[in-house]
Parts: sequence; structure tokens; C-alpha cells
Amino acid sequence: MTRPTLEAGLAPLTPEERAARRKQKRAEAWAEAAGAGWKVWLVKIVCLGIIDAMAIYAILVLLASGNWLVPVIVAIGVVAINVVYLSPGMLPAKYLTPGLVFLFVFQIFVVLYCIYIAFTNYGSGHISTKDDAVAALLIQNQQRVEESAAYPVSVLEQGGEFFFLVTSPSGDAEIGGTERPLEPAPDAEFAGDRAVSLPGYTTLDFSQIVSNQSAIAAMAVPISDDLNEGTLQTRDGSTAYQYISTLVWDADADTMTNTTTGVVYTDNGNGSFESADGQTLATGWQVWVGMDNFVRAFTTESIRGPFFAVTLWTFAFAILSVATTFALGLFLAIVFNDPRMKSKKYYRVIMILPYAFPAFLSALVWQGMFNQDFGFINQTILGGASIPWLQDPWLAKLSILIVNLWLGFPYMFLVTTGAIQSIPDDIQEAGRVDGAGVWQIFRHIKFPLLLVSVAPLLISSFAFNFNNFNLIYMLTGGGPRFAEASINVGASDILISMVYKVAFVGAERDYGLASAFSIIIFVLVAVISYLSFRQTKVLEELN
Amino acid sequence: MKVKKKGAIAVGMLVATSILALSGCAGSGGSSEPTSSEGANSGELTVWVDADRARALEDVAKTFQTEKGVKVNLVVKDYGKIRDEFTAQVPTGKGPDITIGGHDWIGAFVKDGIVAPVELGDKAADFEDVAVEAVSYDGKIYGLPYAIENIAILRNTALADSTPATFDEMIAQGQAAGTEYPFVVGLDPQASDPYHLYPFQTSFGNSVFARNADGSYDASQLTIGDESGQAFAAWLVSQGDTGTKVLNLNLSGDLAKEAFNAGKAPYFLTGPWNVADAQTAGIDVSVDAIPSAGGQDAQPFAGVQAFFLSAKSNNALIANEFLVNYIGTPDVQTALFEAGGRPPALSASFEAAQSDPIIAGFATVGANAVPMPSVPEMGSVWDDWGKTEAALIKGSSDPAGDWVKMAESIQSKLG
Repeated sequence: MTRPTLEAGLAPLTPEERAARRKQKRAEAWAEAAGAGWKVWLVKIVCLGIIDAMAIYAILVLLASGNWLVPVIVAIGVVAINVVYLSPGMLPAKYLTPGLVFLFVFQIFVVLYCIYIAFTNYGSGHISTKDDAVAALLIQNQQRVEESAAYPVSVLEQGGEFFFLVTSPSGDAEIGGTERPLEPAPDAEFAGDRAVSLPGYTTLDFSQIVSNQSAIAAMAVPISDDLNEGTLQTRDGSTAYQYISTLVWDADADTMTNTTTGVVYTDNGNGSFESADGQTLATGWQVWVGMDNFVRAFTTESIRGPFFAVTLWTFAFAILSVATTFALGLFLAIVFNDPRMKSKKYYRVIMILPYAFPAFLSALVWQGMFNQDFGFINQTILGGASIPWLQDPWLAKLSILIVNLWLGFPYMFLVTTGAIQSIPDDIQEAGRVDGAGVWQIFRHIKFPLLLVSVAPLLISSFAFNFNNFNLIYMLTGGGPRFAEASINVGASDILISMVYKVAFVGAERDYGLASAFSIIIFVLVAVISYLSFRQTKVLEELN
Repeated sequence: MKVKKKGAIAVGMLVATSILALSGCAGSGGSSEPTSSEGANSGELTVWVDADRARALEDVAKTFQTEKGVKVNLVVKDYGKIRDEFTAQVPTGKGPDITIGGHDWIGAFVKDGIVAPVELGDKAADFEDVAVEAVSYDGKIYGLPYAIENIAILRNTALADSTPATFDEMIAQGQAAGTEYPFVVGLDPQASDPYHLYPFQTSFGNSVFARNADGSYDASQLTIGDESGQAFAAWLVSQGDTGTKVLNLNLSGDLAKEAFNAGKAPYFLTGPWNVADAQTAGIDVSVDAIPSAGGQDAQPFAGVQAFFLSAKSNNALIANEFLVNYIGTPDVQTALFEAGGRPPALSASFEAAQSDPIIAGFATVGANAVPMPSVPEMGSVWDDWGKTEAALIKGSSDPAGDWVKMAESIQSKLG
């Protein structure tokens, strides 16, 4: 705050001067209140307090669940926020912090996570941790003994341990626990033909069972000392069945053993249990596989072939789309910019219409129009021809370019119209005076000037089309499919639609491979953008 | 200065709310774990359902709460997203205890290790056989079935007075009706539709995999390429573009439905989902058996809708109790049937639903339906299968050879 020097006392003040000074004082008071007023501080402290409290709670919860990295990140973040808002100065940081938080959460985290996934085998059959996989395998391999009876069960408790009081098929009561095979319980009291309680034990009611259900569901009560007879387990707390487990987990040796065949499965390091002869158990878990996904993308023939074909077509598609739409847009812009053209306004409105429809909707409509037997194009325009527009690999590509031309030229028309109108007439005038023809004026004056303002838009249009998922997915779905590809990819797929199909379509999903492809796309787009923006700079320097 | 400070306050608030939201997520995730080990109050069940099912289950959820003191949260989800979200969320521990789904997801779910078996016990006998077969995988039952779905012939009674027993007779009768198409079925130009064409395939005595004695599929024995399959391949060519042109790849599901609803075809091979629209369009519909193309019974695939139990549920006991003793009762199964219009899986409700002639029609066809295989390998099977059928319908000089090539390709992917 700069304080204007006061010259009070030197001369009596006029009423106007006095009013001005009052105003100034009021303004200073305002500034003071806003600058360090206690209300502002209070709000600030309360907000920071809430953030800190939440952060500490989050950190405690995260630490309790055995996580280390995330709490450290949260702690650093919250300390940084406190520093930024409590210390004077650091004005840019005060503005930027919320943006940075969002940038981190929604952009950087997502990118980092995608990179992380690219180095794992995350996908069908490998979606969780090893502990989960072991638990799932064990539960999947609990086989109910065929033709065995259902035992009505009451859950009893004694000294913190749980026991099953079952009514055997012959109507007698028997009791057993995890460490204690079933034995007769002649003292049991019955309700109807179901044993419900035993002196010395407490019978659990349903809500108690519910409260302890993890422990009860995990109980396996041996039928007898012979373990091959199986164990009694309950899935609902009221009926127990006889189960035999066909897989046994040895935590120390890190092996699974099939009890019927005796085959031992060991951790093969790739997120599966594998036997000596190469058989794997279906359920695996997520592990770090290093560069495996990238190696696969470039070396496995059935992936590499389609991958290269798709990459090539992606470039062809993006370049041709930009070229065709720009050519048509430019042509129309020049035509409609000619002073001799009448009713330009109305034509221009019509020209822009395709731009006004949602692209995916247009793609679906075009898909119907391209239908081989019933589509408008074959039936009406071509008089009943039977051209397989979307089924032939080359025609499908042509169809995509045609539709993208229709979708994209209005945009090019708009931007080039604007650019052409901003080219000063006197330069063209001067060209004409020097004897240049129409073509020469266009080629040597208009076009270079046009490119200066339009080139960045062409680059962004290229980047957009490079990832133009909507059009491809809605129009052809990437088809027709490559015959020899091991992944679900077709002739008109571009990289982004291929990634989507690898990750999210069909029963076999491979998120790891899809993430690896995404990273490759990212690198490609980054390099191209860098090169082309450097090129644009050169254009600018020309002027 | 004034403005800047205000900006700082606004910024602070923004950060506060965002961090609040973020740590809210973190907090709820971490704290959900320990509750099951202690506490006198009962747990809560989270069930993922679609909108129709949610309405039908409201009553039973209330009953469960009064009788067992456990609250059932019915979370309405878009059916199309359930499979992916269940697969993504169960491993994180934040998934539901129970979800609805199609039985053909089971194979993938088991491979991912995200579903737990449901012990139907002796109640298994109360359900329709095909429903129990469908939810069985590897000898264990992985879901509580509630509805059975299969395709059948929809007949426009104004155009044809019966559906003959053989395909050729049906086409002859359809042609006699003088409509634009004798018979329609929705296909796709690239993938044809093995699901809709399967009844004709089985009528040649062919099936995808060999079946075990208990009705389940043995994914190690691919039988699709055998001689009966090759005969079916030849039949596809004879009905395709180079033959009678009865099967038209460009007639998509929507176009086929439109043609039938406009009275342009007397016969339409489809499922219960298209009946309501046909009736709205003023067509008097009858549901008939699928005629045989190859001489044997035409058996469509049956799809079974079921409730699945998450492998990471902390409430496995009450979830089982809720499924087996509440969802598996006639009242609830009938309520679900009334909401969805698909024949119920519980035999008692199934019988009761037969009073509706449309349902009875589908159920009669469904009686000899075979469950769609749920083995995870089906993903690779569908691709090759559909592509080859499409190629055959377009015309081929060596259908048997193409068919065998497809079988070999599928076999190589199965490994």
C-alpha cells in the first residue's frame, strides 16, 4: 500500500479536500481489513484446519491399512498447502495450488498409473493380489461331497471359540470345532428335530452370527480324524455341508498341491501357479512384468503385424483427413469469399451444418447409409448397386475418409474464411499491379499468409484425428477384422480404437498391453507435435 | 490487495472442499474393513441390480431387514456396465456383496477369482435343470439363477397359421404368404450371429464343445469342427448370397425387427425382448418351436440371469442366506418375472408363469435349450465363429474346408 503524503496542517482544508481525505481513510481501512483483518484470518485458519484434520485422518487410516507411499504424498501435499497459505508472499503459489492439486489428481496421477499398468500383467485372470488369488483358488476348490447330507447347524460359543452343533442325518446331535472333529453330544437340547443348544455353551443368534461371520464362514470342522472324509462348513449359518478340498495351500513353501492328483503348483513369477509340466491354475494375480508388454507388442508376430498395419493406417487416416478437409474447406472459403458470389450468408450457414451435429450421431447415420443392401448410398444414389462399403478393408477406409471429410470440412471452412478475410487487400493489390495472375497471387501471397495463422490449427486437427475414436468405433467398429491377429483388431482400426478393444471388448482383456499401446501413442503424438510446432515457428519467422 | 486476499480465501475454500472429497474417499475405503470383526449391530448387504430388478426386490429387502435385522442396499446400476465394474471393484474390496449378471460371465469371473460359490444345497432340485446347469462351473454352483432366456420363432398369425417342423417347409410357407421376406433373423455383416444361428447348427447334431454327463461343457474337447458342423457349413452357403438368399447378413437386428413389425415377414427368429414392440406395432404374435434344418432337434442357447456372490464379500454368510432363502423363493422369483418378463428359474414360479401363452411358448422351446457355455475361452470362439459364418453366408466353394480351418484356428487359441 502506498500512502500518499499528507500535507495536513499547512493550509486550512476546503470541504472538498476534507471529503476526499475521508474517502481515502475509508479506503485504507478497507484495505487494512482485507489485508490482515481477523475475520479473513479466521476463515483462512478454519479452512486450513479442516484440510489438515482431514489429511491427518486420511494419513492415519492409510497407515492403519499398511500403506506407506500414499500417506507420505498426502503429508507432503498438506504441509505444502499450509506453507503456501500461511506465509506472506508466494502470491502465484496461492493462485496456482488448487489448479496444481487438480492437475495432479486428474492428469499426472492418471498418466503415472497408466504407465505403471503398462509394466504389469493386469488383465483377465490377473486382476488382484496374490492373497486374493490364493483365497479364490481355495474357495473354488472346495468340492461338496457328492450325495452327502445337509446338516442343520447351530453355532455355539465357549471361551471365545466357535463350535458347530449339528444334527446328523440319523437325528443325533454332534459337536465339533476347527481343531476338534465331530463327536456325539448326548446332552444337546432339541427344538423340533434340530439340536439348538448344549449346556456350557452359548448359542449364537442370527445377529451374533452376522457379527462374527468372517470367523464362522472360515470354519472347517473335520467330520472325523480322517481328513479325507472332508470337513463341515456352513455358507449361511444355518446349514452345514460336507466339503472336500482338492487344493491345499502351503504358505511356507509357496505351493498349491492338488490332493487328488498330487500335482504341486509353484509360483512361476508371472502371476500364476504352475506345475512342473507347465499347467497353470486359472486364477492368477497381478505382478510387475517389466518391459514384457512392450516386447510383446513389437516381437509377437500376431500382435506386431496388426499393430504396424494399424499404426500406418492411423497416420494415413490423420494426414489424409487433414489434407482433404483442409483442401475442401479452403476451396469453399475462397469461393464464398469472392465478392461476385450472391447470398453468401445463407450458403455459409448451410456449409456449417455438418459441424453442428454430434460426430458420433453422424457416424451412426452414415453407417446406416453405407449398408450394402438397404443403405441409401447403394439403393438410391447408385441405383441398387451392391457395394460392400464397410466390409471390404479398402472400401471401409475410403468410407471413413468420406465421412470424415463431410464431418471435418466445415471447421476448415470456418477457420480459413476467417484467415482469408484478415489478409489485407493492399498486398494482393500490389501483387496485381506487379502483374501476378490469380494463381500466382494465391500461391505466393494468400497461401503462405494463410498458413501462418492456420498451421497450428492443422496440427491440432491432425492430433485430434490421430485419436478420433468416435468416428472409427461408430462407423466401422474397426472392421473388417484381421484374420491372423491374436488380438481383436481390424483393418480400419486406428491406434486408439485398437487400445480400447484390447482393454475393454471381449472376454479376454489385457489392460497391461493396452496401457503399453497408450504410452506408444503418447510418445508418437508428442514427437509429431514437437516437430510440427517447430516447423510452424519457421513459418512465423518467414514473416 | 483486497481482491487478492479474497481470491486467496476462495482458493482456500476450493482446496478445502477438494481435499475433503479426496480424503473422504480414502477414509471410507480404509474404515470399511474392520467392522466385521466386532460390533453388535449386524452388517449391511450391498446388492447391484438394474432398475427393473430393483423395484422387484424392494419388498424382499424390507422383509429381510425386519426378519434378520440386516439392511439390504439395492444399488441401481446400468446393466451394461455391471460386468466391468464388478471386475474392477471387487479386487479393491469396494465392490458389492452380490450382483446380478448373465451366467456366461461366470467363466471369466472364476478365472479372475472374484466370485464365490453359492451353496444351493438340496434346493438345487427346486430350480429348472437348465438354470442350474448354466450357473454350474467346474462342478460348483456360482450363482442363484432367477430367469431363463432363449430365442424362439415369433410368428405373425395374420400371415401364417403354423410353424412347420422343418426349415425348408417354413420357408415355403413363408414364401406362400407373399411377403417381402419369408423369414427374418438379425445378423451382422462381419460377425453374422452364431447365437441366433446356433439352433440350426444343433439341428445338424453339432455343438461347440463336448458336454459332460452333468451338462457342463468340456472346454478341452472342441467338437465344432466335426462332420455335422461341416454339414451345417454347407447349409449356410446354400441359404446365403449364392444360394436361396434367405439369410441376409445386411439385415441387421433392427432391420429384421422393423420388417417383422411392418408385416413384411411371417417368421422372426428372436427372443422375448422383441415381443412387446411387435405387439405394440399391432402384430398378433405366436411363439413357436424353431424348425429343424438338419433333421435333429433345433436347440437354442439358453441364457440364465443370476445373482453372483463376491469372493471378497465380508458378509458371505448373510449374503448366502439372502440369496438362497429369500431370492430363491417363489414370491420373489415371481416378482422378478413380472418385472422382467423372462421365465423364472425356480420351478414353482416357472410353472405359475406358464399361464401367459408367450412365456409358455418361449419356455417350451427353452425346455430343450442348452446353456450357453460360460468357459472363458468362449471369447475367442465367438470371434472366429461369427467371422466364418459371415464368410460362408457370403458364399464359399469349400464350406467344409473353411469350417475345419475355423475349428483349427479356435483350437490354436484355446491352446
